[in-house]
Amino acid sequence: MSVSVQQADFDIGAEIDALLAGRTDVGAVATFTGLVRDINDGSGVHAMTLEHYPGMTEAALEDIVAQAKARWDILAVRVIHRVGTLQPADRIVLVIVAGSHRGEAFAACEFIMDYLKTRAPFWKREDTPEGSRWVDARDSDDSAAERWKQGG
Amino acid sequence: MKIKVLYFAALREALGSPGETIELPESATTLASLRALIAGRGGDWGKLAQMKNLRAAVNQRMAEPDAAVADGDEVAFFPPVTGG
Repeated sequence: MSVSVQQADFDIGAEIDALLAGRTDVGAVATFTGLVRDINDGSGVHAMTLEHYPGMTEAALEDIVAQAKARWDILAVRVIHRVGTLQPADRIVLVIVAGSHRGEAFAACEFIMDYLKTRAPFWKREDTPEGSRWVDARDSDDSAAERWKQGG
Repeated sequence: MKIKVLYFAALREALGSPGETIELPESATTLASLRALIAGRGGDWGKLAQMKNLRAAVNQRMAEPDAAVADGDEVAFFPPVTGG
């Protein structure tokens, strides 16, 4: 089970331990954690709700992990993405990549996040003092994903 | 042919529907023609044609407007994704 979409919070240390259990070939573990910020586009955010496409979301994440494994010599991957209503400072997403060396682990972790941002069907809705609004996709996320195509 | 259609996020709210089953004429064979058929019903459905950067999936895989749709397929329309 390398991919989970869930409402519940996660424990980063416990997830790393579970991923590495029984292994002695891992020399590097890179992790990324995404959090809810209390401000976005000039407005205070007091809650955020994440919608997803059950079935496709899990398949899209599995596909992104498979692409990372095909591209870098990495040993194990774990991705957790939360859905439902979250508060500022809550964890949203976790990516853990274990490899023999740091280079592949860092690169694959960043690749997975960049592809997740543009290819996995999640949508954020923010509650602000001015009302509730859907978050717009950012061009910078598209360019971040696009750069992995070069030389690939 | 029957197509299961799903709408997500801002599009679901704009259309006031999470999805429906549509009987598609045999002449309509692509995502683009399905989109035009739904938008052509008028009223709020026109928003399906107006939404910029609309994305779509066929059988839970991202798909381009010229992608083929066939009987029994699950098609989804949605705004650009904003997870992470």
